[in-house]
Amino acid sequence: MGNFSGGLNLKHNKHTTRYKPIKELPQPQKVILPLQQNLGCPNDPLVKVGDEVFEGQKIGDSSKFVSAPIHASISGKVVKIEKLPNPCGFDVASVVIEAGDGVRGKGYGVSPKKLGELTPEEIRKIVREAGIVGMGGAAFPTHVKLTPPAGKPIDTLIINGCECEPYITADHRIMLEWADNVIYGALALGRALMVDRILIGIEDNKKDAVKTLNDSDEKHHAGRRSPIKIVKVETKYPQGGEKQLIKVLLNREVPSGGLPLDVGVVVNNVGTAVAAAEALKHGAPLIKRVVTVTGSGIVEPHNLLVRIGTPFEELVKACGGLTGDAARVIMGGPMMGLAVSSLDIPVVKATTCILVLNKKDAQAYEERDCIRCGRCIKVCPVGLMPNFLADYAKLKNWEQVEDYNVADCIECGCCAYVCPSRIYLVQYFKVAKKELQ
Amino acid sequence: MSFDISTSPHIRGPVNASHIMWLVFIALLFPLGAGIYFFGLRALYLTLVVTLVCVLSEAIFQFLAKRPITIFDGSAAITGLLLALILPPTLPYWMAAIGAVAAVVLVKGLFGGLGFNIFNPALAARAILLASWPVAMTTWVRPFDAITTATPLFLYKTTGAVPGYLDLFLGNRAGSLGETSVLAILIGAGILLLTRVIDWPAPTAYIGTVGILSLCLGRDPLFAILSGGLMLGAFFMATDYVTAPVTTKGRFIFGSGCGLLTVLIRFYGGFPEGVNYSILIMNMLTPIIDKYARPRLFGMVRKKK
Repeated sequence: MGNFSGGLNLKHNKHTTRYKPIKELPQPQKVILPLQQNLGCPNDPLVKVGDEVFEGQKIGDSSKFVSAPIHASISGKVVKIEKLPNPCGFDVASVVIEAGDGVRGKGYGVSPKKLGELTPEEIRKIVREAGIVGMGGAAFPTHVKLTPPAGKPIDTLIINGCECEPYITADHRIMLEWADNVIYGALALGRALMVDRILIGIEDNKKDAVKTLNDSDEKHHAGRRSPIKIVKVETKYPQGGEKQLIKVLLNREVPSGGLPLDVGVVVNNVGTAVAAAEALKHGAPLIKRVVTVTGSGIVEPHNLLVRIGTPFEELVKACGGLTGDAARVIMGGPMMGLAVSSLDIPVVKATTCILVLNKKDAQAYEERDCIRCGRCIKVCPVGLMPNFLADYAKLKNWEQVEDYNVADCIECGCCAYVCPSRIYLVQYFKVAKKELQ
Repeated sequence: MSFDISTSPHIRGPVNASHIMWLVFIALLFPLGAGIYFFGLRALYLTLVVTLVCVLSEAIFQFLAKRPITIFDGSAAITGLLLALILPPTLPYWMAAIGAVAAVVLVKGLFGGLGFNIFNPALAARAILLASWPVAMTTWVRPFDAITTATPLFLYKTTGAVPGYLDLFLGNRAGSLGETSVLAILIGAGILLLTRVIDWPAPTAYIGTVGILSLCLGRDPLFAILSGGLMLGAFFMATDYVTAPVTTKGRFIFGSGCGLLTVLIRFYGGFPEGVNYSILIMNMLTPIIDKYARPRLFGMVRKKK
């Protein structure tokens, strides 16, 4: 076991939803499905306005490798295909489907083959066709991760159950309630990669999940040797960053500018494992996901199972609505999430959480001059010097910004969190990275 | 309904700049209290004069320079407090006031204000006063009765005499207003270390270097550590955010350099004490230390092409 330097002990704020079972939201009247919900290439629509579609039907796909198809999450009629706002802050071509009475889903049926009979290639194909992407928020197409290039042998699959961002409990509930699918999915992804070591990393503030998964693993293997090992890790932000988790579990460091596969590792989120299990067992495409709806601006927080494409508004309504002083809506956690300007935006594959903060929690801070206290340097899990990076970024001295390794920044937000001068450090780095691209 | 947008992180930690200033202020009250106890109310009045002049001159300077007035961030007041603590308790008020103006205007303001000054304002002002009024700046008094005497370091340099360790520890000796009581300084430093306002590398390296070098050179290491302005300098000056390096590695180098220079000045230089100049010299090296003492980048060692 290794350790990573820096990081923070944050107030978890998970108590409001950690004991609340996942509640399925009734099918919405309308879904908005952006044709790009993954890192990589956008999809072309496979339907046109007026078409009737059924639940699970593929409605968008791309011939590019780094892509993942999109499926209709409800049965109904395509009423619109146009550019609409998505949670990432820009407009994306989206398919809008309105629920229709006449159209019924076909059901998916059970996959004819058992896991042991599937070849890695078949698993990759099913995972791709199901439109599965990284469910932890990054939304990188999973089948790409399962296809390591020649010359990069993979010996370990890590299933990420850290969920280190405050407030979010979706993965925690998934591990507690769908443990069998987590184990099944982990084994399937492991089979696709042909690894005989699978590590599931879970922060030690979720001991119940560790126990549940251990029980499920034991049941699954019934005395046989399991390739899975469930490892309790320290509760420390950003423990769930994949490079940090690899360092902690295997004491391997992903080289600067490199990927986990450079050190023989592939990392997948527990939600991704569950999605893979659903696709392999039942042929179900990725059309639903668990979203934690929480924060001081939400009346009654919940963990919801919702159709992809459901507008935020519907989720908020199901949680008792907004409080009177709700001020900021964030997709994702408070440290790395994206603030959105309206509730008309749909849930996408990467939506882990809808966090609404009230005025007090979401106060704006006035940026002051750096006092060189060095706190940002101490907490940076990457070993950067955020203070100098921000200085050079302000001066638009991109050469120095590059020399101070801005490209290695994981935008975890630790530096800005501790900055006593309240400098918007991450913002400067995001701008700088764009500039250097 | 439309919500306001801002970039992540959406939450911020509890510590802001004014918390830090208040904690430093509280920590400084301990050496100040010791100074008042040993040198009487004159010490308090001197401190008030210096602090007040610092705050006023900052306000006037910022007004004239058409900059935002920032006297309420506490930084000018702390500069004043720090300067008072390193002055002889009997220094004429007007000289102290000139030192205060020099600290805030010359050393800090003209370099761009808080965060941009190269030298520690209090230490640089003290050096200016020492150069301007060498006699007044080296006239020391005994605690309680205010009879003129020499500092232990001066006596050690000239006669080799070493006073009792307990008197040194408690502060019952001649010296600058707030430097004499090691006990009071340690209490203040303890507050700052526990609240993580300052960290250990610079003070530990500084005091450690002085102790070890003294031992190696055949001097009394305990006396070297307890006397002069070392404790005050190590905990309150060598830890100054603005004028000392930003990384742990850099702060360690900075502290070691201060320790080396202090020993050299004390044992081989013309002055009995070297803390003031050591830190000022290291202040000059801070930018270059910052440039080279970078933290280790994650994934850098095994970088493959």
